[in-house]
Amino acid sequence: MIEIKGITKTFGDNDVLRGISAKFKPGKNNLIIGGSGSGKTTLLKCIVGLHEPTKGDVIFDGENFTEMNFEQRVPIRTHIGMLFQNSALFDSMTVEENIMFPLNLFTNRTHAEKLDRANFCLERVNLKGKNKLYPSELSGGMKKRVGIARAISMQPKYLFVDEPNSGLDPKTSILIDELINELTEEYQITTVIVTHDMNSVMGIGDHIIFLHQGKKWWEGTKDEIAHTDNKELNDFVFASKFMRAAKARL
Amino acid sequence: MFHSLGKYILLLRLSFRKPEKFSVYWAEVMREMVSVGVGSLGIISIISVFIGAATTIQVAFQLSSPLVPRSIAGSIARDSTILEFSPTISSLVLAGRVGSSMASQIGTMRVTEQIDALEIMGVNAPGYLISPKIIAGVTMFPILVIASIALGIFGGWLACVLSGDVSPADYLSGVHEGFEGLTIRVAIVKAIVFGFIITSICAYQGFYTNGGALEVGQSATKGVVYSCVMVLFADLVITRVML
Repeated sequence: MIEIKGITKTFGDNDVLRGISAKFKPGKNNLIIGGSGSGKTTLLKCIVGLHEPTKGDVIFDGENFTEMNFEQRVPIRTHIGMLFQNSALFDSMTVEENIMFPLNLFTNRTHAEKLDRANFCLERVNLKGKNKLYPSELSGGMKKRVGIARAISMQPKYLFVDEPNSGLDPKTSILIDELINELTEEYQITTVIVTHDMNSVMGIGDHIIFLHQGKKWWEGTKDEIAHTDNKELNDFVFASKFMRAAKARL
Repeated sequence: MFHSLGKYILLLRLSFRKPEKFSVYWAEVMREMVSVGVGSLGIISIISVFIGAATTIQVAFQLSSPLVPRSIAGSIARDSTILEFSPTISSLVLAGRVGSSMASQIGTMRVTEQIDALEIMGVNAPGYLISPKIIAGVTMFPILVIASIALGIFGGWLACVLSGDVSPADYLSGVHEGFEGLTIRVAIVKAIVFGFIITSICAYQGFYTNGGALEVGQSATKGVVYSCVMVLFADLVITRVML
């Protein structure tokens, strides 16, 4: 489980996050949603240690990550997988080398064992046989799937996903969401997803946090979101005519 | 300025932390050495031959007095090549070729979140990305400079053969006369220092890139400009201290 306590992040005079606390449970898709500039990605970066919070603590299974130095964080980081908004695959490496990269650095497995693991991960994301392609030869959806394969190569306990559906067509978006959902349930991973895609929210939102003006404005599940009277959340979720009509039918 | 200097020193300290796995870093060092060394050999060969030839012709032109032996053209061309042209001009060219490539490569990795991906995995990103480049710089620059010296002197001989301003025999005799090993040591020290300056400054500029494609280009430009200025400053200091 991941627990965040009073996370505050300030850039100069700008308070981006203001005392956010939450618990993210294993085997659940924990979604952080909010409008542009609400602090979603900053919160995610504070949790994974890419930004240091100005105040507050991030606790991974009882261990205070915020208080650790670089070396102390390494064992926890080896249990973290992350899918970036633009996949962040290493351009100079093939698909197979990208997936094997963390295995090369942090395990003592033989080359054959690492290759087996890479093939397994590729098969898991339905990209069997794409080992020797370079990221520049892949479509956006394929890059996301390779990003997921790399993120799960070390069998992570925690999976962080930043905007998994950005730049993808609706069908591919659903496939990516389903894949993340399957992996989360199958391996009981604590998954934290930053998104503003309403299909993801209504499809896989086991636990949802809505950020507004840098604060936690609302917390609940996808079933609760449809019946909330929170004005800001309603304005965000039901911004389109289609979603308003869908709500009216509920 | 002091803030940037402090950041630069801290980044260098992080770059030389103990690697997570030596074999992975070693492979990266080898890759960078091939890129810096073999990849730069062509351009270094071309400029060295032409600079050696031009220097010899210019020295021969200025030595019009019959009292000065013609072989002196070989000695002057040799010492100019060893002490200044090969280490300094080659390094300035390498700052453009190697330095800009390093800054833009690391800068692109920064803006496309590849460096963030390394850090999330628990990899010491400065160590993995920067130390192999610096090691490649300080090992390959001296080799390139030695090759440049040899080719520069060859260029001078070629100019003598083709132009006839100085006879090739006089030129070769001048190259042999009064040779001092110290000049080679100075050239190698310069090459090592310049290799370090160019790779570390360009890597620093790339590592702290913020923004997008425009900023990556600006980082590469800044890396080349700052490293060229520092190379010229270090050139002066080394020359003053060692000669």
